[in-house]
Amino acid sequence: MAHTPTGLKRWLMSTNHKDIGTLYLIFSLSMLFLGGAFALVIRAELFEPGLQYVDPHFFNQMTTVHALVMVFGAVMPGFVGFANWMIPLQVGAPDMALPRLNNFSFWILPFAFTLLISSFFVPGGAPAAGWTLYAPLTIQGGMSVDMAIVAIHIMGVSSIMGAINVIVTVLNMRAPGMTLMKMPLFVWTWLITAFLLIAVMPVFAGAVTMLLTDRHFGTAFFDPAGGGDPVLYQHIFWFFGHPEVYIMILPAFGIISAIIPTFARKPLFGYSSMVFATAAIAFLSFIVWAHHMFTVGMPLQGELFFMYSTMLIAVPTGVKIFNWLSTMWRGSMTFETPMLYSIAVVFLFTIGGLSGIMLAITPVDFQYHDTYFVVAHFHYVLFSGAVMAMMGGAYYWLPKWTGHMYNETLGKWHFWLTTIFFNITFFPQHFLGLAGMPRRYADYPIQFTEFNQWSSVGAFGLGISQLLFVYIIVQTVRGGEKATDEVWENPEGLEWTVPSPAPFHTFEEQPTVK
Amino acid sequence: MVLNFLKVFQLKKHILQVLLTLSALLMTTISHVAVAAYEYDFPEQKTQIGRELTDLHHFVFYVCLAIMVFVTIWMFASIFMHRKSRGVEPANFSHSTTLEIIWTAVPVLILIVMAIPATKMLIKMEDTTKSDITIKVTGYQWKWQYEYLADNVDFYSTISTPRDQIDQYNNDAPVPQGENYLQETDNHVVIPAGKKVRILLTANDVIHAWWVPKLGGKKDAIPGYINEMWIRADEDAIGTYRGRCAELCGKDHAFMPIVVDVVSQEDYETWLAANADTASDQIKSVAAAKLAQPKQSVATTE
Ligand code: HEM
Ligand SMILES: [Cu+2]
Ligand SMILES: [Cu+2]
Repeated sequence: MAHTPTGLKRWLMSTNHKDIGTLYLIFSLSMLFLGGAFALVIRAELFEPGLQYVDPHFFNQMTTVHALVMVFGAVMPGFVGFANWMIPLQVGAPDMALPRLNNFSFWILPFAFTLLISSFFVPGGAPAAGWTLYAPLTIQGGMSVDMAIVAIHIMGVSSIMGAINVIVTVLNMRAPGMTLMKMPLFVWTWLITAFLLIAVMPVFAGAVTMLLTDRHFGTAFFDPAGGGDPVLYQHIFWFFGHPEVYIMILPAFGIISAIIPTFARKPLFGYSSMVFATAAIAFLSFIVWAHHMFTVGMPLQGELFFMYSTMLIAVPTGVKIFNWLSTMWRGSMTFETPMLYSIAVVFLFTIGGLSGIMLAITPVDFQYHDTYFVVAHFHYVLFSGAVMAMMGGAYYWLPKWTGHMYNETLGKWHFWLTTIFFNITFFPQHFLGLAGMPRRYADYPIQFTEFNQWSSVGAFGLGISQLLFVYIIVQTVRGGEKATDEVWENPEGLEWTVPSPAPFHTFEEQPTVK
Repeated sequence: MVLNFLKVFQLKKHILQVLLTLSALLMTTISHVAVAAYEYDFPEQKTQIGRELTDLHHFVFYVCLAIMVFVTIWMFASIFMHRKSRGVEPANFSHSTTLEIIWTAVPVLILIVMAIPATKMLIKMEDTTKSDITIKVTGYQWKWQYEYLADNVDFYSTISTPRDQIDQYNNDAPVPQGENYLQETDNHVVIPAGKKVRILLTANDVIHAWWVPKLGGKKDAIPGYINEMWIRADEDAIGTYRGRCAELCGKDHAFMPIVVDVVSQEDYETWLAANADTASDQIKSVAAAKLAQPKQSVATTE
């Protein structure tokens, strides 16, 4: 019987999926606060017209690094944390298939982010060309751009290793009787996400490497002065970028597909159509990328193609929303914190999906593009989609992870504060964008003042509310009412058959699924 | 403790301001008069295309709103009716092929209904033929250059908002911001009302985007590319319209506004005559262009 290591060695050398999952989740939460701090600098500066706190160059560093930290530091590692904890427990495997790789893929991340963050201290400061790193602006940047490129390579290696691990685990280590079409939806969504990661992270790595050689080795892939093409960079970037946004939402779909049936006390509606919808979204995500580039001057035929393909993505997305609603329909619902989060995700993600359809309509996107309307869109899908789904997932599985129930009253407070402040922050940004305020602006004309003030106030409220989240987690880890093995009322899934907290080693003997 | 926190972050003044704004919002909403201060939709369009674009935007928005209302009613109906606290027993159904076909097919139909006008609109917007005049616009970090290709007029346009209105780091004596804060330039672009103006876009350093919201959509100005767009301001649209750069182009991205004067054909010709031939050979050479001072006296209708 394996022993449980202790101390620093336990964490540094860990090959245990639960410990590595915990490391990922802690890392993700820390990055949420770091990225959040950058966001608050942005919102403080935008509280009033005029430059009050930071100069525009630093402002641009803030928008750039905020996004990089949130995307690659908070959201993606957060989902990998959930995958590590839950996939073996949900498929009845004793661990991930490649435990050493697992350790490695986590422990290179802190190096990547140290490199990225230390770029604030080199001459010229951190990267300031936006998270999209468009050429030729990035070619102008200082040495921080090179540091960011190396950091991105490390993050990419980490993601690819994580993805390989997920695929191998899911395909090879399922308990007897757990056929593919019996897997929990969280496992399915992660399996598909893992394929997306393997497909597009190398593309991104290629794009930034070409930037690097343009900057230092005399190539001119993207530099028009040498015969290169700046639009080519955008095509490559978004060929990665659009699947990337689905990488950040599919596992969230998986999490709420686990939570809603539990609290509706009713099986998930349309399981197989959920699986097919996920696969359809993944496929379509490869053929819509240029909807991010409608204003670069594509030929009419190209614009039409990307408009139609983008609109099509709304169909499988709609199928998912209707399936969740049907799962709730005629259930017997209770509204514990995870369920509140899931309901909010369905509702608010729908808003983001619908603004996505508006953005897909090319001629009107000429107005929306690069305005706060786009900023509002992607925060509705990413914050109230991805991040809030993770918060719901954290409350859902925290009792299994720690063996204690969290404080339900505080959990509800956290939910309501987050939801209300989120909407105060981001809903007015739709209006700002429509009225004509471009994104990535350090300062703005006075007609945009009022909604910016709403947004800034909301943002500080949203940021401060998250301290409550940390408090609740710490409190739950430390103690609290003892959780039962099932935790909730008759939840579906193998994870609820093991004790709470889940012991260091689980499923050393494979369970059988009927 | 809370007060200390506020002091530390010097938020006190801001919190006050926020409270004031919130109450101002309430009052304005009630009094209905000053609501115009809150612009929440496309500004009033001054081109035919812009109006059609706004109609399309509203159409798509209302379709989406209808879907949202449908989802909301469905969701809140189950939240209120199907809750354990009301003693309901959960049903046990988990699929329905009919329903699933319906909610795949109906959205497809809805999308087609939106795609048809969108396609027509797009085809119209991309047709840059039969233009009356052509202006070449070049983006620089951080100003615009305008060349009236057939008429030998060529000038730069740079932000004219005084620096001390922008820099408020020293909070003691902030300089009040003018009405057109960040939307004013030394030289204005001048176009005739009612004429189809073709705009060729390029850039000299990084990507910019040229956008005047009241005159329709935006387009990127990309080094090494020449992009095309066109606008036809209404016959009765004589006046001044303000826009801005929409693609992140570095430090002063927010500080390279666009001001367009729409004038009558007569005034346009006078303006051209007054400004023609000002483009010296020197200004035309790209290398020297960066050093050139913006020209002073360009007519405006303000
Ligand atoms: C119904 C589904 C969706 C549609 C039709 C859609 C459509 C679009 C379009 C057309 C744009 C480009 C807007 C512009 O720049 O002018 C966009 C931007 C964006 N979308 Fe979506 N979207 C959908 C769902 C999502 C989801 C699920 C996510 C992520 C979880 C997402 C994340 C983003 C992000 C991050 C951007 C902005 C990227 C940037 O420019 O920095 N979207 N979306
Ligand atoms: Cu996309
Ligand atoms: Cu710009």
